[in-house]
Amino acid sequence: MLVTAAVFVPPAVLLFTLFVVVPMGEAARYSFYNWNGYGVPKAFIGVKNYLQLFANATFRQAALNNLLIIVASIGIQLPLALGMALLLARREIGSVAFRMIFFLPYILADVAAGLIFRFIFDGDYGPVSSLAQQLGFGPLYMLAAPGTAFTALIIVIVWKYFGFHMMLYIAGLQGIDRSLYEAATMDGAKARQRFWHVTLPQLAPMLKLSVFFSIIGALQLFDMVIPLTGGGPFDQTHTMVSFLYSFGMGRMRIGFGSAVGVVLFAVSVLFAFGYQRLLMRHE
Amino acid sequence: MSELRTLQSPYGLVGRDAKPRRWATLDLYPPFRLTVLLLVAAIVLLPLLATAFGGFKEVGELRTNPLGLPHVWHWENYWAILSGARYWQVLGNSLIVAAATVALTLGLSSMAAFAFAHLRFFGEQFLLTYLTLGLMFPAAAAILPLFIQVRDLGLLDSYTGVVLPQVAFSLAMATLLLRNGFRQLPSELLDAARIDGCGYIRYFLYITLPLSRPILSTVGIIAFVGSWNNYLVPLILLNSTALYPWPLGLMDYQGQYSTAWQLVLAFITLTILPAIVIFVAAQRWMVAGLTAGAVKG
Repeated sequence: MLVTAAVFVPPAVLLFTLFVVVPMGEAARYSFYNWNGYGVPKAFIGVKNYLQLFANATFRQAALNNLLIIVASIGIQLPLALGMALLLARREIGSVAFRMIFFLPYILADVAAGLIFRFIFDGDYGPVSSLAQQLGFGPLYMLAAPGTAFTALIIVIVWKYFGFHMMLYIAGLQGIDRSLYEAATMDGAKARQRFWHVTLPQLAPMLKLSVFFSIIGALQLFDMVIPLTGGGPFDQTHTMVSFLYSFGMGRMRIGFGSAVGVVLFAVSVLFAFGYQRLLMRHE
Repeated sequence: MSELRTLQSPYGLVGRDAKPRRWATLDLYPPFRLTVLLLVAAIVLLPLLATAFGGFKEVGELRTNPLGLPHVWHWENYWAILSGARYWQVLGNSLIVAAATVALTLGLSSMAAFAFAHLRFFGEQFLLTYLTLGLMFPAAAAILPLFIQVRDLGLLDSYTGVVLPQVAFSLAMATLLLRNGFRQLPSELLDAARIDGCGYIRYFLYITLPLSRPILSTVGIIAFVGSWNNYLVPLILLNSTALYPWPLGLMDYQGQYSTAWQLVLAFITLTILPAIVIFVAAQRWMVAGLTAGAVKG
């Protein structure tokens, strides 16, 4: 038994340590240095990278963007996904086809989705701008102004991910015991009451899970930002990860970039622990 | 996460539902229901169709005829890409990296999961918690030190240098999923095999693995899609365009032909085509794999 364990466990643990745990530990160490990645880190500067980071307006905007993406995921994507799930949970003609269509964007790479919508929102050649012109408006350069560019990013996120959350809700809805509805109906509950007092509470575990995925996904959003806006215009549509990439990797400021990584790590871990403690402890 | 409720039957998500749960749904007036669904479906599909059709248009027609079918079908945009080496090279690179990632992920995580599911050994609980840490934070947080690490190992700009970190990132989820799957096999099987003198390794190879095909394919699908669509890891770790997987190749192509949208659109269409074809051909498995994987993790 021990021999088998000694052969079976170490390869996975070693690889995990080498490429996940050690780099995370190194990020914590590098974050205290001013280092360009060559040679060994020598210039120890304490928490200066962190101070610089929190004073950096672009980073603060990026962190705020992450927060706004979370708000939009919960405020727009979740209701849309739930609505579609309620329409499609039952076995009806066409239900499966609609489910597949709504799920389709989820399997595409974020990079492809971002680039497709860079075209859709392109002021010169994109359909949105062309339609606006055919309706008598001027050309619409959505990606050229920070506010509209960020709106575009939210649209792409909802477009790509609502189908995944819909599938979670459909699975949740199908798992609800039908007799609960029969009992509620016998007690005279109207459709609306059944929704609020049976469907939603029964669906709560799946809703919590879906919100969890939305937040984790929002915190690591990167692939979509680069092709869609590249973080621009004026570096106003960055997320924490695209900020890390552009300002850490792009300028080989390994120490500064690592500080971003540590902040991202701390936020993610605190959130994951806190969320599971507070909301998911019964499951 | 491992304690979360699981789907009773992931395959119930599509195709035949076990029992219609008629009260759990929203009862709209049917034509209204259909209108809403068609509208959402149009919003989902139009960007994809505009992209695919745009690849057949001349650049000026993108402006005058944004959403319609091309007036003249310009196949040459697509032919130029299909007859060139670049497209096949980026797809080939993605396939090599994804296949290696899946094989290594399945191999390493199934071994570890077997040990965690059936063996009692010193540090078992600690090691399992240790691996679970990998689910807690995004890979991007440690991406700069990862670059340094891979560089110092001399693996920068190689398939191996991309595959190993990708496997490492997918191990946590894979091991947890497989451990839960392996535990659901009846324990009498193991007892009987032990009494008959079957060793753990033979039991693993000839009983556990063959009986666990559904969960293995779920883990395989997740690892494959994750690798196929991965952008950040190869972006950091590769320099040579000859090694670029398709997301990097696509961005590279867009950078080169940024003014010729019709070519970029054709290139996007062709690079996402394999994923769409496989999705349409194997919907059940893809949906079940990707959602059940997320839920059961």
